[in-house]
This record gives sequence, C-alpha cells and structure tokens, in this order.
Amino acid sequence: MPETVTLEVRRYRPEEETEPTWQRYQVPFRREWMVLDALNHIKDHQDGTLSFRWSCRMGVCGSCGMMVNGDPRLTCATYLETLLPGPVRVEPLRGFPVIRDLVGDLTDFLTKLKRVQPWIVRQTEGPPAQGEYRQTPDQLAAYRPYAMCINCMLCYSACPIYELEPSFLGPAVIALAQRYNLDSRDQGREARMEVLSEHDGIWACTFVGECSAVCPKHVDPAGAIQRYKLEAVVAWAKGLVLPRSGT
Amino acid sequence: METHVHDVLVIGGGGAGLRAAIAVAETDPALRVALVSKVYPMRSHTVSAEGGAAAVVKPDDSLEAHAYDTISGGDWLCDQDAVEAFVREAPEEMLRLEHWGCPWNREPDGQVAVRAFGGMQIKRTWFAADKTGFHLLHTLFQTSLKYASVARYDEWLVTRLLVDEGRCQGVVALELATGEIHALLAKAVILATGGGGRVFPFTTNANIKTGDGMSLAYRAGVPLKDMEFVQYHPTGLPFTGILITEAARSEGGWLLNKDGYRYLQDYDLGRPEPTPVLRAMELGPRDRLSQAFVKEMEKGRTIETRHGHVVHLDVRHLGQRVIEAKIPFVRELCLTYEHLDPVHQLIPVRPVAHYMMGGVHTDLTAATPLPGLYAAGETACVSINGANRLGSNSLTEILVFGARAGRAAAAYVARAPAPAPDGPARAQALDEERRILAQVRGNGSGGERVATLRTAMQRALEAGAGIYRDEQGLRRAAEALAELKGRARRVALDDRSRTFNTEVVAFLELENMLDVAEAIAHSALGRRESRGAHQRTDFPARDDHRFLAHSLAYGSADDPPRVEWLPVTITRWPPGQRVYGR
Repeated sequence: MPETVTLEVRRYRPEEETEPTWQRYQVPFRREWMVLDALNHIKDHQDGTLSFRWSCRMGVCGSCGMMVNGDPRLTCATYLETLLPGPVRVEPLRGFPVIRDLVGDLTDFLTKLKRVQPWIVRQTEGPPAQGEYRQTPDQLAAYRPYAMCINCMLCYSACPIYELEPSFLGPAVIALAQRYNLDSRDQGREARMEVLSEHDGIWACTFVGECSAVCPKHVDPAGAIQRYKLEAVVAWAKGLVLPRSGT
Repeated sequence: METHVHDVLVIGGGGAGLRAAIAVAETDPALRVALVSKVYPMRSHTVSAEGGAAAVVKPDDSLEAHAYDTISGGDWLCDQDAVEAFVREAPEEMLRLEHWGCPWNREPDGQVAVRAFGGMQIKRTWFAADKTGFHLLHTLFQTSLKYASVARYDEWLVTRLLVDEGRCQGVVALELATGEIHALLAKAVILATGGGGRVFPFTTNANIKTGDGMSLAYRAGVPLKDMEFVQYHPTGLPFTGILITEAARSEGGWLLNKDGYRYLQDYDLGRPEPTPVLRAMELGPRDRLSQAFVKEMEKGRTIETRHGHVVHLDVRHLGQRVIEAKIPFVRELCLTYEHLDPVHQLIPVRPVAHYMMGGVHTDLTAATPLPGLYAAGETACVSINGANRLGSNSLTEILVFGARAGRAAAAYVARAPAPAPDGPARAQALDEERRILAQVRGNGSGGERVATLRTAMQRALEAGAGIYRDEQGLRRAAEALAELKGRARRVALDDRSRTFNTEVVAFLELENMLDVAEAIAHSALGRRESRGAHQRTDFPARDDHRFLAHSLAYGSADDPPRVEWLPVTITRWPPGQRVYGR
C-alpha cells in the first residue's frame, strides 16, 4: 500500500479566475478512507479554500456527489483504495452550473421537481382521525423502489440527454413522479401526465440507461421512464393525451 | 444589506422545521412563512434516522403505557404534562404523515405495522424499513412544495437573532452562494436546527449538526435546559460512528462480548431469551446499555481494535430474509463501511454520541421565554425526553412539537406588532455583517485554524463529559473550553472569498459548538447526582430531593454560564425505580 495518494481537484473561484483550473494535492493514504475523507484532510490541514458539500457521510443525505475519475459517485461511499495508484481526479458533477470548486447549482432540479407535484393528490382528504389509508405490502412494494431516491443528482450527471437538452425533466424527477403515480393512495396521475407528456418531459430520453447504472440506491429511473412512455402511448391511443413531441 | 420581511421564519429544514412551516401555512395561508436552512432541506439530518417513530394506534396499547415508558425511560426528569400532550397528539401526527404519503411498512391487511423498540413495553414503533427518517424527511419536504405560502432560503446560514423591545424580530443570515449577508425580519422565529452531536469526536451526527439554534438562543439570553444529558447510542460502527439502528435488536439481534456471551444479563437487564423480550436485555434503554459497555470494557471483556474497544452485534440467526425485509440498511451500511455481511458475520459496535436530550428551554406550546421565539425538535427541550430519550420518540417529537410551534407562532403573529425595518434590529444586523466580513477578510487574525480548535474541543468534551463524569474531569473540560473560546477569536481563514466560503461556515459553526460544549460542561458540573445519561462517579445515586429539577444554563459573553434550577412537572407518575427485565 502506498503512503500517500495524489488528488487532482477541479478548482473554480469566480472572484479570482474566469476559467476552471486543476490543483494537485498529496494526502496520506489510509485503507479506511473514502474520497471524502481525503477532501476533508485537505480542507482541514492543507487548504481551507477548497469548497465542497458533505453532511451525513453514510450515503443517505445525497450532498457529496462528484465526478471521480470521470464517473459520478458519492464521495462518502467511494474508497480511495479502489482508485489506486492514482492520481484521483475529482470534479464537480457534470451537467450543473458550477458555483465554486466542487459545488454545483441544483436550482433547476428543484424547479422541475415541484412541477410534477411530488405529493399525494386526493380529491378528498380524509381526516387523520378516520385512520390510515389501507395499503397492502404488495401495493407498497409497487412504488417503494422509486421512493428510495436521495436526490444526489448522480443520474443527471450520467444522463447524456440532460446535458444536451436542459429542459428535459431528467431521471430523478421522472422517477419521483412515478413514485407517486404508483402509490395506491394517490389520485394525481393525470395531472402529472400532462407535465410528463410535454416534449421536454419524458420523450427526450433515448433510453441510454446510464441513470440506472449509476444510481447508488438502485432506483432505476430508466425503467420508470420506459414505463411512462408506454403508458403515455396507450393513453394517446385512447385519445386521452397527445404527445406533443416533435421528435 | 438587503432586508426581507416575512411573518414567520423557520430556521432549519429538517423534520421539525418542515412540519412547523406546513403548520403555519395550514393555520393561515395568508401568512408569509419562510424556511431558512443552511443546506437544502432534504439534506437535513432527519434523513439519517433509521428505526422508527412511536405512536399508540394498536388496540393492545394505551396512551398511559406510552407515557409511563417515556417517563421511566427518562428517569423521571420529563415534564409529565408535556409527555401527556406528546403521546396524545402522536397518533394524529403519524396518521397525517401517512396521508401525506410516508411509505410505512404494513400488515397483510393494509394497516400500518409496528415494531418493538428499546424501553417500550408494547410494540408501537411505526417504521419504513430502517430508513424511517429518510422517508419521513422526503415526504415532508415534497409535501411542503404544495404550499404556495412557504418561501425558502436554501443554503442560508443564520448567524444571529435580532432582538428589540424584548421581542425576537428576525435573524441575520449568510447566503452561501454569494456571500451576501441579509436581514430577515419577521414577527416570529422558530428554531428547528437539530442538535449538536459534532461537539463530540465520535458521533452518529452529520457534519451539519453543530448546535446552531441552541447557540443563537443562548447568545440572545434564552437559557439552554438539561444540556448535561447527552445520549450515547450503544451501537455505532467503529471509526465512522455510523449508526446501526436499535431495530437490529428489536428484530432479535444480540449483543455479545469477546467470549460470545450476552453480557447485558450481568447488568440488571433481565435473562437472555432466544427471542426479544420487551423492556429487557437488548431492548433495554440506551443509557443503561451504553453504561454496561463501559463496565464490560473495564472488566476486560470487550474486543480491542485499531479504532477502540468494541462488542459484537449478532443478527446472523435472523436469516437473510428478515434482514433484507426489516433492516436492509444495516446490511448496506455494513457492506459499504465495514466490508462485512451481517447475514454471515458479527458486526463490531461501540457506544457513540447520538442525541441531546437538552436544548432551548420551551414551554408546551414550543414558546421560549423570549417573546416571538419558538423552538422544536432536538434543538428544543420541552421536555419529553428527560434524562434519557427512548428510541423512536424523537421522530414523533419533531412532528408533534414542530406542528405545535407552527400553530403557536401563527397565533402569536396575529397579535404581534410588525418589526420596524429601520429600527435597532437593522443596527444589529449591520453589526453582524461587519463581524462576519471582518472574519472573512482576516482582520486582526492570529493564526489559529478551525480544524485544530474543533479537534481540541471534541477531545476535551469527550474526556470530561463522556458516559461517566466527575468533578475533576468536568472542571478540566470547562477550563479547556474557555481557553478554546479565547483562541477562536484568533482564527485566521485561508479563504478570503465571498462565493460559497465553506471555511467561514465552519468557523461560525465552531463558535456555535463552543457555546453548546460550554453549556454541557457547566450544567454537568452543577448536577451533583447520577440520573439517566448523566452519570457522576463522585455522586453515583439519583437525588430527587435536590435534583428533581431541570438545569437552565444562561450564557454570558465573557464569563462561564450561570446555571439555575427549575422543578420538574409531575402529574400522575411519582418518581420511582427504573425496572427493566424483571
């Protein structure tokens, strides 16, 4: 095992430079360290100016996604050991405007998320005093995989379409729409279908499948999109929804 | 400096903050409520909670039983009127969350399923596998998006409360993306920033858990209550401190010492049975289990590793099917962070700082003594957790008291005067802007580093105010913390830029943590008895005569805090002995 490992980190400080640059750091190698531990070592002991987000360090808050050697990864769950001998290249997630260093701007995702109404829609809402809406284990299993999305944005970075067509809703938003559509308690499918059937909704997806491959929580957004397209076509055939895609 | 005006500000976007914001919006949609959070709400630490949330819904259960478990679990330091309100409102809050879409585990007939939990005499813990906090947070966040009256300031760090004419009238916040400092004025402010586990070196808590709301209140003269009570969870993974949920034990997991012996039977927690027994052995309360670990270590019966002493959590006998169905996250975490599969291997675990029973002093309506200021969740101390919180009460607490805070704030603003945009609050805001900018520009700095001071603080607190404490150790910790507060004034930042300056954030968080650590050490010094999670080797017995009372720590700019005492409210359960396993 080496004593040290080199990190090449993409830097961008808008107050000081117009173009991103690369900076090399040498950090101790520890077998139990993740890429995030190495970044924190730099931040604490070598260079306090390096900016990145992190929080739970247990793969559930979704803050610390970055490109590691060209692939979108959660840095709190990526061992340095798997990247030897290095150098390890760390960049901000692809596809998002960079605010600074490794920090991307998620405004676009949050705006799109709200558009698909990611909440339970009911014609009438029963008061809590009447008890729970019944839902069998099978009904729960139908949507639960899509409810596992931690909004880490790795799927957006992996998606070749999102990069080319910024208006595309993108994998996580579509998966979350599907999470509510498939929930037996929900009645909002038609309202969501209108948003999803717009040309920038689901139709831009060419089913590359990279989103599902990189998802750290096995959500399978690609599956959600394909399922949606099928539903939309069936609905269109029944005259309910018109795909407004030009492509 | 830009000024923004709202009716209610909610500081913190975790479960308590989101529930509070929704409660304001539902009480009166005309009220302008804003959620201010230093991270995007779905990054909040609620996301890491695993095991479940307690509420009475099953026919074999009763509010009485939930109240008794909570009060005895808290070693009779809970305010019993608060506990009664809590258990009474818990079922409705949980059902509301069910209606909002939380993916609770279910019985075959579609009813919500419940599981056993530590210190609870009946199964009453609702769960969404072992990612309950994650699902609860995302359900609340996504549901909050449908309320048009809820504005958000994502990635804004609140650094000061604005107080004028004896009322809280807003906050100052640092917008991370731009480095701009803003004044946010409002008639009412709700603190919901979570706890501050990061004051300890080994903790389950996320990086963001730096006691911000506690420090904001403390500096505004609002007392922190029962800060000496810090919960060590008995099962954290070594090195990382990642939590292995109590659900692993409620599903039937065993704690074994180095000889493979279920050592809890030696600590008055009952006899080892093959299947879980409620309120016994591995389903005892967390304080007693963490204390048993220390005793077992002293007897030389733990396992020494590179990352400290451990015992083993054994879930192998549950089988892959149960593990996958009930505690899949345990397996995921062990595979990722320990390179082991709990289906076939033992999990090394040790006690880890997890939760603060103490917090900002509030009454039953979540109001603090400062008019216009409210607090809910781990930031606050109502108190329902007393000297030791029971697992699965905290997620329910953020719902019940988040909602109470929102409703109380909405009622208050209906009669409160509007803050004056050009009043003394503005001068305070400008003062705070100058302070932060001076820090970023490095004026008058003296070469100290944030990380050095943070590490020293964590070590001092663990050495003096860990699972077992005494006068001498606590004094040493208090002195070390006072010195570190002085050194913190001489921190020099590497980062002089305004855009997303995470180093200045870390500095401001360090200041907050030093306040919290100071309050813990001095409150622990004052409590010369042993109760729940606060164990004094020099005062090993509970002393109801002198200390059936809450500590209230009042901050002071230059001196140690002043600690006062407030009697516990007893309604129906006179102080008794805590009995587990017999």
